[in-house]
Parts: sequence; C-alpha cells; structure tokens
Amino acid sequence: MATMTYRDALNAALREEMTRDGDVYLMGEEVAEYDGAYKVSRGLLKEFGPLRVVDTPIAELGFTGIGVGSAMVGLRPVIEMMTWNFALLAIDQIVNVAAKIRYMSGGQVACPIVFRGPGGAALQLGAQHSQAFESWYAHIPGLKVVMPATPADAKGLLKAAIRDDDPVVFIEGEMLYNVKGEVPDEEYVTPIGVADIKRAGADATIVCHSKTVKPSLQAAKTLAGEGIDCEVLDLRTIRPLDVEAILRSVAKTNRLVIAEEGWGFAGVGAEVSDLVQREAFDDLDAPIRRVHQADVPMPYNKHLEKAAKTDAPKIASAVRAVCYRD
Amino acid sequence: MATKVVMEALSPTMEEGILVEWKKAEGDPVTTGDVLAEVETDKAVMELVARADGVMLKLVVAAGATVPVAEVVGWIGEPGEAVPSGSDDAPAAAPAAAPAAAPAAPTPATHPEPAAAVAAPAVPAAASGRIKASPVARRMAEERGLDLGAITGSGPEGRIIKRDVAATTATPMPVTGGAPTAGAAFTDVANSQMRKAIAKRLVQSIGPIPTFYLTAEVDMERATEAREALLARDKDGRFSFNDILIRTTAAALAQHPAVNAWWMDDHIRQWQDVHIGVAVAIDEGLITPVIRHANTKSLRAISAEVRELAGRARAKKLAPEEYTGATFTISNLGMFGIDEFTAIINPPEAGILAVGRIEPKPVVIDGAVVIRRRMRLTLSCDHRVIDGATGAQFLQTLVGMLEHPLAMVW
Repeated sequence: MATMTYRDALNAALREEMTRDGDVYLMGEEVAEYDGAYKVSRGLLKEFGPLRVVDTPIAELGFTGIGVGSAMVGLRPVIEMMTWNFALLAIDQIVNVAAKIRYMSGGQVACPIVFRGPGGAALQLGAQHSQAFESWYAHIPGLKVVMPATPADAKGLLKAAIRDDDPVVFIEGEMLYNVKGEVPDEEYVTPIGVADIKRAGADATIVCHSKTVKPSLQAAKTLAGEGIDCEVLDLRTIRPLDVEAILRSVAKTNRLVIAEEGWGFAGVGAEVSDLVQREAFDDLDAPIRRVHQADVPMPYNKHLEKAAKTDAPKIASAVRAVCYRD
Repeated sequence: MATKVVMEALSPTMEEGILVEWKKAEGDPVTTGDVLAEVETDKAVMELVARADGVMLKLVVAAGATVPVAEVVGWIGEPGEAVPSGSDDAPAAAPAAAPAAAPAAPTPATHPEPAAAVAAPAVPAAASGRIKASPVARRMAEERGLDLGAITGSGPEGRIIKRDVAATTATPMPVTGGAPTAGAAFTDVANSQMRKAIAKRLVQSIGPIPTFYLTAEVDMERATEAREALLARDKDGRFSFNDILIRTTAAALAQHPAVNAWWMDDHIRQWQDVHIGVAVAIDEGLITPVIRHANTKSLRAISAEVRELAGRARAKKLAPEEYTGATFTISNLGMFGIDEFTAIINPPEAGILAVGRIEPKPVVIDGAVVIRRRMRLTLSCDHRVIDGATGAQFLQTLVGMLEHPLAMVW
C-alpha cells in the first residue's frame, strides 16, 4: 500500500478514469496549463491533451453549462470549481439543469457529470471564500453529494463519482489536499452512499464528514483518556445518507454528536438529528448534540475564525455532554 | 496531625451515603486499607476504607446517619491526639437513627419534620408525577422488567439514563433495617433505597397512601370465657371486648414495631411505646382519643381510661393532645352488627385495625362442626411502611393472643 496525499489520490483517480473511459474529460479554471489551482490535475494535460483537459475563462456558469450539456449527450465531464464558493455563480446549471434533467425528461436524458473542488474554509480566506455548502446541494433531489476525508476515500469515491450516471457534487478541502494516507495499490472503487467507521467505540457516536473527521478522531483520543470510548463515523457521502450505518452506531452507543464544518441551521447535522430522533428514539440516552460553525459569516480575524470553527475541543465537550460527563 | 475520614463517593452518582455500620470503634488501631465502615450508596452497600494509619480517634457520625459526600465522618491520628475543631469539620447533622426524647404528646401536626436532618433524596425524579428517563433507559427498564419509579436518575433534573438502569440491574438493592433502641420512645429508620422505591411505586399505583388489607377470623371463645370469668370475680369490674382488643393489640404491636410506625416521607418512625387511637363516634362525626402507653397498662386501667376519654369525647371536651399522637388506631363497628369492614388509615400512622362483631358460627374443629363465637379483624396497612408478610405476622400474633389470652402476658 502506497502512502500518498489526498491531492495525489484525486489525481490518480482522474488519471485512471480518463485512461479507462475516453468519454471522461476535465474542465475548469487553470486545470490544464497550470496543473490546477491546487495541482490536482498535475500532468493530465500532458498525458491526455487539450481536448480532454480544458482550461476555461473565469465564467463558472458558462463552463458548467457546457459541461452539463456535454453530459446530456453522452460525455462524462469532471467540472472543477476552483472553490465551491465560486460555484454559487454556476448553481443554476447544477440545481436547475443537471439535477433535474433525468426527471424532467421522463428518464430519457441522463447527466453523468462530476462537479468537484475544495469546499469550506481554509485559513483566513474571509467570509466569501470560507463557506461549506454541502447542505445546500444535499437539499436537492437529483444530486449526490460526496465528501471524502482521507486519500483512500478520495480516490475510491472520485472514481465512483465519475462512473455514476447521475450528477455528483464532489466536495474536497483545501486543508485536506496535503493530508497523507495509505491508498491501496490495486484498483478499487469506493461505493457512494456508504459511511465508514473510522474508529470503533462503545460510549458515543460522533458523526462527521470531510474536515471534521480529523478533529473528531482527536477528540475521541482525548476522551479515551477520560474513559469515554467514541465511535467516529465518517459519512463520506452526505446524499444518499447511509441511514443504516448511523442507526447501527447509535443503537450501539446510545449517544450522538454530529460534527460538521458549516453553519448549523438546516445543516447536515439537522438532517441526521431528525433521522435519529425518529428512527432510533428508543436507543437514545441523551439529547443529540451538534457541533458546527458559529452562526456568523466566517471572520477574517485569525482568533475569531478559530473561535467560529468546529474543532476537537468543541466536539469533545459535546461528547461529554451526551455522556452526562460535563 | 489527625487525618479526616470523609464520606467518599463510592459510586459515580453518589451524592450522599448512609453510614450503615462502623467497623472500627474509637481507639481501635487502623491501618491504611482497613474497612472503617459500611456505607449504603444509591446503588449498593460499599466499604469505606482507611486512607491513613493510626488509631480511630473519633467517630463523628453515628451508624445510620445519612452523610453528604465529602463530609467528615471520623478522624484517624496518633493515640491521644486531639481532633481538630472548626466549623469546616463540624459533625454532620444529628444522625437519623439517634434516639429522640419521648415527647409528652407526639402530635403529627407538629411533627412534620423528621427528628434528624436527613438530606433530601438526591433527585426527586417523579416530583411532577412524570418520570424523566432517556428513551433507551425506558426501553432497557421495560426489557428487564424494572420499574422506572424505583430507579433514581443521575442525569439532569433527575433524568434516569442508561447507566442508572444498568446499575439497577447489576446490583440488587440492599435493605437496611433498624432495631428499636431500648429506652427510646421511637426509632427513626432511614429509608433504604428499596423502601423509597416501594413507597414511590405504590403511591403511583393507588394513591397517596397505598393501602392493602389483611383479614383474619378469630375464635373468641376463650377471650369471652376469660372476660366472663373476670367479670364474675369482680362485681365492679366493667370492661368490654373493645378494651380487650386495645390491650391485646398494644401487646402485639410492642412485638411488631414495624407495624407500630409512622410514615415520615423520607423515613419511617417506629415507635417503641404504643399509643392506641380508639375511634369513637360522636354527633359531629368521629374522634380518636388516644390511650397512651397502652402496652404498659392493665386492662382495668385501659377500660377506665377509654370510658373516661370517650365520655369527654362525646361532650367535646378533649384537649388536642388527647386525640393526637396515636401510633396505631382501632376502629370497632362490632356493636353495630358489622361482620367486617376496611378502615381508612389515619396518617402518618401506618395501620388501622377494623373490628367486626362477635357472633356464633359453625366452624370445623378436629373434624367436627361446632358452634364457636368468631370475630373478623381487618388490618389496613400503608404499604410504604408495612409489607404483606409484616402485617400478616402482626395479625398472627394478635389472633394468637386473643385465642390464647395468656399469651398477652407471655
């Protein structure tokens, strides 16, 4: 098993799928000549040529629309958003066209497209460039929302997303690109819609995804020293949600904390919380707790930004609360 | 320097403990790790062990006391060493089981508080009637056949959570009894967790005084003969079956302090002396003059006292202390031809005896049907205080005394 970065795992997934299927192509700002703003597409232009690795103007709605149209006629585009903050300009194509064309055409037209790029906050990028939009896309019937946290999951899930016959919103993370992890040498595809237990535990479940997986594991480590054995469940896919995995874990631990990067209101945690209180009511020993970004635009000030973000100490105190140990 | 012995948190949820029994006396040598005392926590009876070497300088609280966690219960130090004094280390409130002085006229109305300051139960989970429990705790309790009302919640606002149910399953709840203290008018028995549980669930079941009834039929032949013989001996002697009942009941109660008791909400007060309330019908309704120390009085004295009190009762000339403070009440409707009935408990008393008429009945004795004078007694029991077997044993003693009058002086 090779150790590689999240960035290189994505790169490998793109390369493998472009090699495997001539209909797969990559398009976006700076993906070709510059090797990608975050170097995810490094070397691909050289390998696959300008017809399959396409630089675009700074015109998100335009190139997204081209991508969606090409998917409708049989190609398998991967549209890179330099960040998901910029996809706000393209959201009409994603939500109104890609997500609905199969439904509105009575199943005659599919849209096998991947929209990918980093989401959420990095460090001091300001209010407009630090937003986690997964709950927006997860809200839409017709979209799948995939958010890997590790290099292995990034590779396996991007391959699955490219092979999927429906539009997939694939949200990465600037702070994740340099994360290293073991990635299997042999080819594999990680199925969409399957959560993963990143740490097994008995006392409390922490449901997390993407950038909250690492702080959840840190919190679990701290709490282990306090005698609280946490199970860290990485959703990996926000939609479709792995309902069974969540319920199975809660049935085991009886206590649930949901950690996410974005704002709380109508967030992913709200959806999970609704599911659990309804389907696992008799399993709960404490009210569900959520950890999420403070309900403010992300501050630019370093300290305020830190205070606003989900982190390991906040997750740990939520777990203590559900364990009646606060 | 002397070392404090404190009430330790012996369970994760423990807020107070009952010091059940000291295992060391003052002056006993103590080595670290020695068991100093047995402590009943909210979960189980645990051992309090020594954290220092030396001798047991002082036992600050008496056995039976309920002590909050971290409160000083004793001192370990060098022989002869003085125990530090200071407000911080002041002894806990007077222990619950300490004998209290005999009040001349114990009055329920003026005795609402227990004699000793017993800390309130950690969490009155069912204060509003609804038991707060987490869903999984409810489910576990149901699966295991446990009554949530019998479980003390350790969550916020007394919420019963998973660990509480789990602990209940794992540890059978201990019972602490209390023996009457010689010379004291009563003994306060701290409510064990089981007693609290019984009280709580029974109240939920049938009302503020969960009452059950025990009925026994008594053969009154010998008592009748004895009464007739006594009356024949003493032309001035006047005494009724009711007087005999008062005297025998008092004698039986003296042997069964668990029935001669008051429910004090957070503990049970078992009386050594027997003060029998005698229900007397008057024009306005009913009053129960009290025959004090009925267990120590002769039949003749009781008879005279009843007549005197009943007379003044009908004349509405009883002083309050003459109709309050009974430890047990007898209600007799035999003279009205009632076969049997159930009487209503007069709180805080735990029992009342309903007496029916004496009438000749065919009964089978030694395989033959014979006519015997029989009487039915029904004991109403406050189940928070008296369990079925406890009440039955008392009734057995009472029936035995009535059927064998000499047993009264046994």
